[in-house]
Amino acid sequence: MNYKTEVSFTVNGEEQLLNVDNRTTLLDALREHLHLTGTKKGCDHGQCGACTVLVDGRRINACLTLAVMHEGDNITTIEGLGAPGDLHPMQAAFVKHDGFQCGYCTPGQICSSVAVLEEIKANIPSHATSDLTQQTKVSDAEIRERMSGNLCRCGAYSNILDAIVEVAEARP
Amino acid sequence: MQFDTPATTNPIDRMKVVGKPIHRIDGQSKTTGRAKYAYEWHDADIAYAYGYPVGSAIAKGRITSMDTSAAKAAPGVLAVVTTLDVGDLKKGQFNTASLFGGSQIQHYHQAIAVVVAETFEQARSAASLIKVDYAEEQGVFDLEVAAEKAVKPDESQQPDSAAGDFDAAFRAAPVTLDARYATPDQSHAMMEPHASIAAWNGDEVTLWTSSQMIDWWRGDFAQTLGIDKEKVHLMSPFIGGGFGGKLFLRVDAVLAAFGAKACGCPVKVALPRPFIANNTTHRPATLQRIRIGAERDGKITAIGHESWSGNLPDGSLETAVMQTRLLYAGENRMTAMRLAALDLPEGNAMRAPGEAPGLMALEIAIDEMAEKLGIDPIEFRIINDTQVDPENPERPFSHRDLIGCLKLGAERFGWDARKAPAARREGNWMIGVGVAAAFRNNLVLPSGARVRLGSDGIVTVETDMTDIGTGSYTIIAQTAAEMMGVNIDKVAVQLGDSRFPVSAGSGGQFGANSSTSGVYAACIKLREAVARKLGFNSADVVFEDGNVRSGNRTVPLAEAAGADGLVGEDTMTWGDLTETHQQSTFGGHFVEVGVDVATGETRIRRMLAVCAAGRILNPITARSQMIGAMTMGAGGALSEELAVDTRRGFFVNHDLAGYEIAVHADIPHQEVIFMDETDPYSSPMKAKGVGELGLCGVAAAIANAIYNATGVRVRDYPITLDKLIGGLPDVA
Amino acid sequence: MKAFTYERASTAEAAAQAAAKNPGAKFIAGGTNLLDLMKLEIETPQHLIDVNGTGLDKIEAIPEGGLRIGAMVRNTDLAANETVRRDYGLLSRALVAGASGQLRNKATTAGNLLQRTRCPYFYDPNQPCNKRQAGSGCSAIGGVTRQLGVIGTSEACIATHPSDMAVAMRALDAEVETVKSDGSTRSIPMADFHRLPGDTPHIETVLEDGEFITAVVLPKPVGGKQIYRKVRDRASYAFALVSVAAVIQPDGRGRVAVGGVAPKPWRMEAAEAELAKGARATSGILLEGARPTDDNRFKIDLVERTLGAVIAEARG
Repeated sequence: MNYKTEVSFTVNGEEQLLNVDNRTTLLDALREHLHLTGTKKGCDHGQCGACTVLVDGRRINACLTLAVMHEGDNITTIEGLGAPGDLHPMQAAFVKHDGFQCGYCTPGQICSSVAVLEEIKANIPSHATSDLTQQTKVSDAEIRERMSGNLCRCGAYSNILDAIVEVAEARP
Repeated sequence: MQFDTPATTNPIDRMKVVGKPIHRIDGQSKTTGRAKYAYEWHDADIAYAYGYPVGSAIAKGRITSMDTSAAKAAPGVLAVVTTLDVGDLKKGQFNTASLFGGSQIQHYHQAIAVVVAETFEQARSAASLIKVDYAEEQGVFDLEVAAEKAVKPDESQQPDSAAGDFDAAFRAAPVTLDARYATPDQSHAMMEPHASIAAWNGDEVTLWTSSQMIDWWRGDFAQTLGIDKEKVHLMSPFIGGGFGGKLFLRVDAVLAAFGAKACGCPVKVALPRPFIANNTTHRPATLQRIRIGAERDGKITAIGHESWSGNLPDGSLETAVMQTRLLYAGENRMTAMRLAALDLPEGNAMRAPGEAPGLMALEIAIDEMAEKLGIDPIEFRIINDTQVDPENPERPFSHRDLIGCLKLGAERFGWDARKAPAARREGNWMIGVGVAAAFRNNLVLPSGARVRLGSDGIVTVETDMTDIGTGSYTIIAQTAAEMMGVNIDKVAVQLGDSRFPVSAGSGGQFGANSSTSGVYAACIKLREAVARKLGFNSADVVFEDGNVRSGNRTVPLAEAAGADGLVGEDTMTWGDLTETHQQSTFGGHFVEVGVDVATGETRIRRMLAVCAAGRILNPITARSQMIGAMTMGAGGALSEELAVDTRRGFFVNHDLAGYEIAVHADIPHQEVIFMDETDPYSSPMKAKGVGELGLCGVAAAIANAIYNATGVRVRDYPITLDKLIGGLPDVA
Repeated sequence: MKAFTYERASTAEAAAQAAAKNPGAKFIAGGTNLLDLMKLEIETPQHLIDVNGTGLDKIEAIPEGGLRIGAMVRNTDLAANETVRRDYGLLSRALVAGASGQLRNKATTAGNLLQRTRCPYFYDPNQPCNKRQAGSGCSAIGGVTRQLGVIGTSEACIATHPSDMAVAMRALDAEVETVKSDGSTRSIPMADFHRLPGDTPHIETVLEDGEFITAVVLPKPVGGKQIYRKVRDRASYAFALVSVAAVIQPDGRGRVAVGGVAPKPWRMEAAEAELAKGARATSGILLEGARPTDDNRFKIDLVERTLGAVIAEARG
């Protein structure tokens, strides 16, 4: 009986080879094995979004997926988006608009924000999309709806929206 | 330094750095994931073990036996420590329920064991193998039932107050209101779960944790473990939200310490999310009765506010009547609070304890009374404004501009466009607006700091103050920069470490004003040290542009510091200005809602808060405190409720799917306006708190807007659609 | 979470065979509900069969009309599919009303159908629950029941099925295609797929042990105005108190399925015959025999009111 599995994936451009307990979530693999603790554990049950990471460009909750299910995947965490002194535009916009307070949901909010703009561009609809047959456009309502899987108990939502809108407007 | 006379002109008044919209100095570390929270401390040379807690499956009774053999034999398990193993422990001074130790069960999910294993997965799995036998006892879980036997708590909780003859005045009043209100149990639901890492070195222990109050935790941690406080080193530089839930020692710290001792290595423990609502503390539910009597011209002649809340034996009140003692005029007054014995988890402070639920009721009552009088609710509040403590009229407010807030808010919000209830419709939306007063006292606590001036000219502040998202790092840096006359990038701030001077900590919206005052005091000491070293007369010394100047002599600070640097340390203490003068913060909340005419779903369309809270130290972080509190209030008004199973005695919806806090889609653009004011009675900073003010009254403004939209008055929070649809127009 | 062994299956047949070989095995696709429940030891598989590599991630037009949706198609991709948006707007709307963007990126079509109830007593392993542990009793009855079912429930269980997608699938008369370990396949109408609890609430679908969903098939487009209206406390990221999936034709006839009220998507063809008469008549039949609690009695009224709004919207 083998309760461990070898898995390799790329995190922030770096190849990682892990031999993990099958039970290890992608979130715990990042935090406890790779010590990439920027990705947060808020609920561990898919109810808060603090663990949002990008897998092959798509945002997912790292707490509700097993590390062993990501063989060959390309994972980007908050650490891979930017670093102090070299911020991703979304990180810079969050600082500028004070789109956070305690900072714990922030990496998830930022990863989600980056993906949300891509989703709108890719014409993926949301609950806020008024016409399913038209190209989806950036709007306050679209962003709020799409960001609703990222809870912020400090209540920075209004400022987060301002940050995302600024980045969206600056994009070509 | 003792602050015992109103502040006169001081270096803070220059406002070159203080009061400026400076972005958070910890912003880059937080937005890049580099800020390290409690569970995230990692030293590559150390093998950390993982502790997983086990909670009681019953609400009240006794453990008769525990079988840990299967857990101990499970793969990777290093140790199992049970509540029976450790026996009765001394409770922390600030805890009501016992955190751990002994066989008694006081509430559901009370911690009864920790399983320590090499990996998190192993610890979690083994934790479920512990078998527990209980002798269950019948508990009391229903506040409505328990309230009938509620008692008056001891005078230290100030349960009653009175002035004039309330009963007679209320009987005689031509217009009266007598209404009952209910607020539910609420959960702090901060995003970072309670988490700790404990590491022993002989008889000394280091604890990385998530704490709002370093010194309180240090003392209670030592007391619970039965060790000397001096043997505890506690660190909490980043805290993923607290809202009162991390004011007092929690069991993750205790379990990590016992686990670490048992396995002989550092242990990390985080409370699983489904465990938090019942294991930790919550804001207790209240039942409230408000009676108001007024003359036909709107002048209140009688105001009475009673509140019933529950708690474990020895627990405290939810002080929901406190604001009613101060907010409105009226010669004849009474307030009373009664405490019911409940066997639910411990009730304790959550953001704006007392005022938050108290204003949820009072500010609906004021709206109802205004309507009965046929007076605009803003005008009604203005008529009954008071510049003195209405229970002790010889005691003035230090500064009170509630009227200014309401008037400016009304103008900016377009209040005069308000229509009669249920008179405004846009498609399927019934639209309404509501207003409420915000009120919260300005508290101060002693606060210490140490400020170092290095030979490189860098000013380093050390204090055990915490930043729970409030912006402490930034406003402390601003304070030190202002006092020492340097740019903010020449200031380093180190917080949340028990090796630093004891500060006020974060809570009760006392943190910002108290801790910056402590830094002010320490900077005064440092300025004196600099002057002394240079032989300057400290009275005429100016600290500016990185230099210190006296007469025509100017010395760069770095040079003044010398090779060894200079240090100033002090603690701000407080005289009796809070007794001679009532110090409070004020505001007006304005809200527009839409209520779906068919489904009764309420969605907030606009929010504005106007605040009078003394000097605003940083308009960016202060605004964030306000909008954050307004967001919490939106959840409180519309969806937040810990649902009590009154048979089995626990909060049923104990996770973030079941306990619905507001999400992005619930919150519109929020406007905040700060009145340009200072309060020299509050501190040398002339600032007051804003962290809780934003929550005070906002839920009632939403409730009043819903009433204005629909004509349906709901007095029982949260105002969910099931309470509305019976009163909405027929659509079928 | 109990320890388990893990394998990856590369075809549907291999998945079904692996399940037959490993008693106590579960398929894992998105994992968004299964892992949640495994962490609480509500699900305790001894073996996980990762079916993400089975290639069932395509949405294909059926020559005679209709759409075959692979079991592994993610909720996001299904909602975004051009044909679905154009011809089965109801489905697209239901999908985006559910969960969050992150969850929809992982959650699959088959997994969505198989997700388990959100009853808080089911979710708390300390509380008796017939669904979690057959015969242990239902602690929800007499407890906190605001979110729970009003119809189709039993003395043993009053849980609801939490899916939005399934409600739309039911209204669209979808069929579920499966393969068993012996290689045989079958097609199960949505109407029959979920079981009512009766005295066996732990058995939630008609799937046999190891039977593996390969696709969900939509029949030819039905046209009409397609509206999915989800009613919930907060504006997003919440389970439905009530949801209404409706297809309303220009002549006033149509279909209605309701979520949030029953252990399965709730649809009564007899009620649809009353649609032209309005919401009251329709919901009266739809919810005939309902047994609400004091906490959730409002759902009866709410279904009628929501349906009224949907009909009004359909009529423009």
